[in-house]
Amino acid sequence: MRTTSPNAARRRSAAILAAAILTVGAAGCGSSDSPSTAQVGPSASAPANPDTGVLGIRDPWVKAADKGMTAAFGTLVNDGDSDVTVTGATTPLSPMELHEMTMKDGKMVMQAKQGGIVIKARSTHALEPGGDHLMLMNLTKPVQAGDELAFTLTFADGRTQQFRAVAKPFTGAQESYAPGHGQPMPGMSATPEMSMSPAS
Amino acid sequence: MTQPPPVRPVSRRGLLTGGALAAGGALAGGAAIATTHPGSGQPPAAGDTTPVASVGSLVEPFHGARQAGVATEPQAHASFVALTLRSGTDRAALGRMLRLLTDDAARLTQGQPALADTEAELGMLPARLTVTFGFGPGLYRAAGVDGRRPTSVTDLPSFRIDRLQPVWSGGDLLLQICADDAITVAHTQRVLLKDSRPFATVRWVQQGFRRSPGVEPGGHTQRNLFGQLDGTANPRPGTPLDTALWVPDGPAWLRDSTTLVLRRISMNMETWDLLGRTDRELAVGRRLDTGAPLTGTAEHDEPDFAATGPDGLTVIPDFSHLTRAHVTDDRLKILRRPYNYDGVPTAAGHADSGLIFASYQADIARQFLPIQRRLADRDLLNEWTTPIGSAVFAIPPGCRPGGWIGEQVLG
Repeated sequence: MRTTSPNAARRRSAAILAAAILTVGAAGCGSSDSPSTAQVGPSASAPANPDTGVLGIRDPWVKAADKGMTAAFGTLVNDGDSDVTVTGATTPLSPMELHEMTMKDGKMVMQAKQGGIVIKARSTHALEPGGDHLMLMNLTKPVQAGDELAFTLTFADGRTQQFRAVAKPFTGAQESYAPGHGQPMPGMSATPEMSMSPAS
Repeated sequence: MTQPPPVRPVSRRGLLTGGALAAGGALAGGAAIATTHPGSGQPPAAGDTTPVASVGSLVEPFHGARQAGVATEPQAHASFVALTLRSGTDRAALGRMLRLLTDDAARLTQGQPALADTEAELGMLPARLTVTFGFGPGLYRAAGVDGRRPTSVTDLPSFRIDRLQPVWSGGDLLLQICADDAITVAHTQRVLLKDSRPFATVRWVQQGFRRSPGVEPGGHTQRNLFGQLDGTANPRPGTPLDTALWVPDGPAWLRDSTTLVLRRISMNMETWDLLGRTDRELAVGRRLDTGAPLTGTAEHDEPDFAATGPDGLTVIPDFSHLTRAHVTDDRLKILRRPYNYDGVPTAAGHADSGLIFASYQADIARQFLPIQRRLADRDLLNEWTTPIGSAVFAIPPGCRPGGWIGEQVLG
């Protein structure tokens, strides 16, 4: 239930972090062609401060859903002096993709975020309904309200970071549930565009 | 209650780091607060003289051994929400539900929007918000932990004065939401109900009010809509109040808990109007202006039940509310923390007014029931008041940061 703070992430020792990532990476999503299944821990080429989590992840949550698709949200905090790029995300419960919402032909549509999600140095980036989000493409079991889910982010430099998010009942964030617009097949590499139903 | 309020202003840092993600990020939230809190650290914009929100920014602690909202100086607005658990809501589901609701309460009471708050701006002025959780007998049954139900938390015996309506009675889980601002109460109720819907349905909601903050000096006894001071005999803050309220020992699920009896008392304003002032004061045993017993001059004077008048009768009638409800032993006292309600009048202009009578005590059987029996027996006020709703709840212990309300019962 407690949120991951930048300070908590900083306090975590590099050794524990690396061990944890390897464990979860092995148990993670089995989609081998996904760019987000890298099992690389912090390496010798990681930045100078090995005690620092790559990002702070503030107030993470995931939308509860019985089946199909859902999404995870939160605020990514980059306290570092260089930009950070999230290139993938995994969870044991579902294949995942990085998505953005964009205006196309006068309506909001969801599409894969090309080039990943960039968090500028010394700034925050909100993952929120109607904006960038971490998409769970096809749940293998229900995500019930109050459940805690484990996620692993993968970064452009090969580093990874874990976080946990609580499932909230949430009727917004309809972009993945618009009736009549179909759902992408699990494991599809190309992300079909889906319209966002007018939830507001 | 005159206990010094353990309030502190919303921390500026807390607001800036609070989860305002649904509002477009923490920076937007921080900017909004900066305009309402000039002089709190950063230089305000030139010419900005907006005063600090002196009522809205006050915070009551959420975490602690005991839940807030009981010994807390009563706030102006309250919503009592009773839920009925859905049939599949078992012990594990209750754990998930109460983790979500505890997190909502922990954030909103501290002036931070709830997680995934769709109206984040409404979560930034707590106005001494407290959220208090109560467990009805049905919750213990649903969770299979009836052995952890405080013995006195069970349906009350029926009293001859009762005209109870199911729409105002019972309930498995109570959410008691109190704040000095009605919008804060409404938003908190909305957030808590959205997170409750997978687990429970709404059984009843009772909304009430007292004087607004600043209208009277702090520590004043409230007036009900009959114009009577209500709660004069409450145990004094400190040891007397602690003795009356909190279970001092026992297993973790019992220690630092208390109980709540919530009675909806309809007050017949039309027949009360037929009484003159003298009769009204005789019915209560106290003066309407000062609240003093009819044998005294100040509100907290000890009543002299033996004193007689020129007619040879006792000055305070035996049938008065004061006589029937009087208790001197702190172990036998109750904490009255009532709220007024005032519904929509009939076409004829007859009021729908009354009292949400909230009585807190360590043990319902030891403290509440003897008083209630004496009142039901021969309190003259029964002529003008009718209990139309009744519910009992355990108020389980509080929790530490990272914990959740109910963990000692359901964990």
